[in-house]
Amino acid sequence: MKIQGKVWKFKDDVNTDEIIPARRLNTSDPKELVKYFMEDIDTDFINKMKPGDIIVAGKNFGCGSSREHAPIAVKYSGISAVIAGSFARIFYRNAINIGLPILESPDAAAEIKEGDKIEIDFDQGQIKNLTTNKIYETAPFPPFMQELISAGGLMSWIKK
Amino acid sequence: MTITEKILAKHCGKKEVVPGELILAKVDLALSNDVTAPLAINEFKKSGTKKVFDRNKVVLVPDHFTPNKDIASAEQCKVMRCFAREQKITNFYEVGRMGVEHALLPEQGLVKPGMVIIGADSHTCTYGALGAFATGVGSTDIAAAMVTGKAWFKVPATMKFIYHGKMPKWIGGKDLILHTIGDIGVDGALYNSMEFTGNAIDNLSVEGRLTMANMAIEAGGKNGIFHVDKKTIEYLKDKTKDKYTIFESDNDAKYISVHEYDVSKLKPKVAAPHLPSNVKSAVEYKNVMIDQVIIGSCTNGRISDLRVAAAILKNKKVHPYVRLIVIPATQKIYQQAMKEGLLDIFINANAAVSTPTCGPCLGGHMGILGEGERALATTNRNFVGRMGHPKSEVYLSGPAVAAASAIKGKITSPEEI
Repeated sequence: MKIQGKVWKFKDDVNTDEIIPARRLNTSDPKELVKYFMEDIDTDFINKMKPGDIIVAGKNFGCGSSREHAPIAVKYSGISAVIAGSFARIFYRNAINIGLPILESPDAAAEIKEGDKIEIDFDQGQIKNLTTNKIYETAPFPPFMQELISAGGLMSWIKK
Repeated sequence: MTITEKILAKHCGKKEVVPGELILAKVDLALSNDVTAPLAINEFKKSGTKKVFDRNKVVLVPDHFTPNKDIASAEQCKVMRCFAREQKITNFYEVGRMGVEHALLPEQGLVKPGMVIIGADSHTCTYGALGAFATGVGSTDIAAAMVTGKAWFKVPATMKFIYHGKMPKWIGGKDLILHTIGDIGVDGALYNSMEFTGNAIDNLSVEGRLTMANMAIEAGGKNGIFHVDKKTIEYLKDKTKDKYTIFESDNDAKYISVHEYDVSKLKPKVAAPHLPSNVKSAVEYKNVMIDQVIIGSCTNGRISDLRVAAAILKNKKVHPYVRLIVIPATQKIYQQAMKEGLLDIFINANAAVSTPTCGPCLGGHMGILGEGERALATTNRNFVGRMGHPKSEVYLSGPAVAAASAIKGKITSPEEI
């Protein structure tokens, strides 16, 4: 799978309360949740971003709560992938489990700038910055996780 | 192998596991709450499965927005309740019988050493205090576990934390863990297991250990874990009759790092906004005025926490500009506090005492902050907007600093009272 998109940059330690505040979690309806996506960082982010855009963040993206509402909000907003220096572990497994594409790359996270256009080749684990032409290689997912990802998430995988 | 590795090996039917290995392990308990259960139940139903893998191993606790704060939360709880009745779930805890989940499960004797426990709540790591492997996961993980009784894990590497020395007065588990997070940072233990040990830990109460394990996630840890000792066995004695297996780390167990702390000179700690790692001693905060103090939560809402707070608040009044809200974490703790006269002390000091709920900790209800307001709380997170308005602030401390600060109206070390 290959995707292309415009980059929105986020800081280190973006927590799940910032991705979707706990005060909004009296529902699990994605249509409702997505209205408040990233609101405590930028109330207007959901209106500025376009489907297909890519988030590039610093280290420890998705730290804090275990709420799956966070990767659900990311996915439902139309963000096509998240690249981060590192991911908090529950966010990481939730993303894999629900089929939100993520990649870890400290170099890409440090060098890619907001507004850059990038291309991600998930099969090769490669990120190409189309604005600067720089290429970043990432470590491939272990076979088990590749199985989960290609099955379309955990629930589809257990059916098999 | 470490305790964590041994428990995981046992649960995936292997003699040995190594850090980084991906395993499918049996789970002994699968927990979710009113925020995370509806998503899990929805996924479970979509899978077409008729029955949960074991109705005694699924735990459902509506505690976040309960007693129902609005219609939307009432609907979420209704989903849980219907599912619990339909599946004849043994451990569904309704309002009036419930408590904050991570205070409730150990109290109810559901948590035993050697177990693998997953919870769709990040603070599930609390149960490591009793020598169980416990970790937070997502709702889909819970759905899959309700179907198969299993969960996938990457075996974590273990970091060892050794605490030496005699703990000074007013220092508790919260101060140790805040000090540790301040040292290693909010991702200092990312993907790793945190094993807590040392003579200061031997002398720390089980409730103090629950507080420490609770915040392993605030350092990014997968789990926090303690050795089972006499105190653990004593704690479990009147809570469960079930047999359990005690795992010990081998002498030649491999740790990716070892961190040692002398606790004898430690001063009560406070984490400033907006990360639990922004830690300084309470005495270093000068004239930080506060509008609200919360004493409660899965971190510090247990009876020993209420006793510490009451000892400081006895015959004192809360500062006129401060709202003090005390939330015993379970019904049993509430009743015990009543018997011991602690609730009288709080009410006489002009505190509000609430029925058990996670409420304000996550900005749910029962003590939300307005723009520019500042709270000191015995909870576990001080992220932006965590307790209400995005421009409000949360400081974190143990119950001693919280009680002292409620009296003075500003961040205060208990030694100053």
